Amino acid sequence: MLLLKNISKRFGGVVAVDGVDLDVAAGEVHALIGPNGAGKTTLIGQISGSLPTDSGEIRFLGKSIAGLPQHDRVKAGLARSYQITSIFRRFSVLDNVALAVQARSGSSFSFWRPVAKETGLFEEAFSILQEIGLENKKGHISSTLAHGEQRALEVGLALATQPKLLLLDEPTAGMGPEESQRMIALIQRLINRPESRVTVLLVEHDMDAVFRLADRISVMVSGRLIATDFPEKIRMNEEVRKAYLGDEVAA
Amino acid sequence: MKKIAVLIALACLFPLAMHAMGQYFYIGFATRVLIYAMAAASLNLVLGYGGMVSFGHAAFFGAGAYIVGILAVEGVSSVWIAWPAAIAVAALAALIIGALSLRTRGVYFIMITLAFAQMMYYVFVSMKAYGGDDGLSLPTRSTPGFGIDLRNDFVWYYLVLALLAAVLYLLHRLLHARFGRVIGAIQENETRATAIGYPVYGYKLLCFVISGAIAGLAGALIANHTGYVSPSLLHWIQSGTLMIMVILGGVGRFWGGPVGAAVLLTLEEVFSGSPLLGDYALHWQLPVGVILLLVVLFAPQGIAGLVKKKSAFA
Repeated sequence: MLLLKNISKRFGGVVAVDGVDLDVAAGEVHALIGPNGAGKTTLIGQISGSLPTDSGEIRFLGKSIAGLPQHDRVKAGLARSYQITSIFRRFSVLDNVALAVQARSGSSFSFWRPVAKETGLFEEAFSILQEIGLENKKGHISSTLAHGEQRALEVGLALATQPKLLLLDEPTAGMGPEESQRMIALIQRLINRPESRVTVLLVEHDMDAVFRLADRISVMVSGRLIATDFPEKIRMNEEVRKAYLGDEVAA
Repeated sequence: MKKIAVLIALACLFPLAMHAMGQYFYIGFATRVLIYAMAAASLNLVLGYGGMVSFGHAAFFGAGAYIVGILAVEGVSSVWIAWPAAIAVAALAALIIGALSLRTRGVYFIMITLAFAQMMYYVFVSMKAYGGDDGLSLPTRSTPGFGIDLRNDFVWYYLVLALLAAVLYLLHRLLHARFGRVIGAIQENETRATAIGYPVYGYKLLCFVISGAIAGLAGALIANHTGYVSPSLLHWIQSGTLMIMVILGGVGRFWGGPVGAAVLLTLEEVFSGSPLLGDYALHWQLPVGVILLLVVLFAPQGIAGLVKKKSAFA
């Protein structure tokens, strides 16, 4: 579904992403792990189009998308969530999601008809709130939500664009164990949707979440991918243990 | 809805009341307030709703005024030609300035819009054929035909009032339609708006052009109102004045522009003509500055924000 060939990104003298090859198969949950500063978020930025890529090829559903601006990639079915919550804070929860639904349903160069009359928009947004478990909060201003709820809304915004591939950048960031469990359950529901099953590329530090969700895991260290494999193989991989997992066990 | 009806009724009765009291000066003054209300409302669209701090809005206001002035001098005084031309030229200027400026952000955007406006200011200063520094007197007010004479101050007042009402209604529709929601979303979180699939640049540019077009119409009106255009209409002080109106009235408040224009012009009128202040009346900006300071400190939502508390998107 997603194919990266020799992707690189440098910021001045720093090589953040260094010749990464990666393929994400349709229907899988592909976890991307690695220590802080490994370049995971940079890579997500390059895939989603918020960061230009220095060199290499990005193919999505068989087409090269390296030249497409981010909003066109979203239309093609590639949506992301952010590690640091990025929602429309002054808008209500329902309005947040309705904005994302509006982005993909019809033209928004509409200057006369009140949005409030577009019931379809809000019905669709509400069904997404049900999916992410925020249906009881629909009228709340989103900045007043608890952290875990804001994280769920973050995923909901990406979801509302009807992505084929969802790039989740640390969905459990800053969450307590209970909230994390809820987020993991949410992601499991998404990948087991009877129709419109979502493929997920998941950046995550929470190893519990990674091993429960991932079909395959790629490990990134200092801008390079050092391994891509099934979870049990990754667990055994000496290089990975040394570079990453071992650190965590020792800590 | 009721409040709006009362407001419209008051605005309609105002010249009649002034006529009854023999205070003709205030009919002209009120017309000026209505025109600046339109200009300030156009700035509030980009500044308050779009989050684009344009410090060069006088460029579009002045361009609209000059087009009417130049056409009038050249013998074209028809409302149906001169005013659409003023709007079109202001919109075109906004398109060009916006297309370049919107590639920058924050302080850079403020500075580059200011720079473009000052460039246009000097263009008109150097146009000797049209008065240069001294400006240009209009031989007559624009003519709408149909036997309507805009030189009649009552007719003129009601026409300006009707146009302001039309512009405000248009803005109201626009802000509550899909386009307005996207603009609000971009102002709130541009990164996120892009990430859910909006081509942010295009929306901002169109918002900027609509705003410029409205400012151009206001400019066409001010040229007719004073019968005179000069480069000072495009000066950065003019941009600053419009900005002060919006800040006084309420940034991102629907009535912010009109309220700010009314308050600022009234303050100017009161302070600059006040016998109490005597010689100090020359420095009317000083008390106005104090009031602006108080508003910014204690009513950051502006005066319109004091009157009515509403959620960001109602």
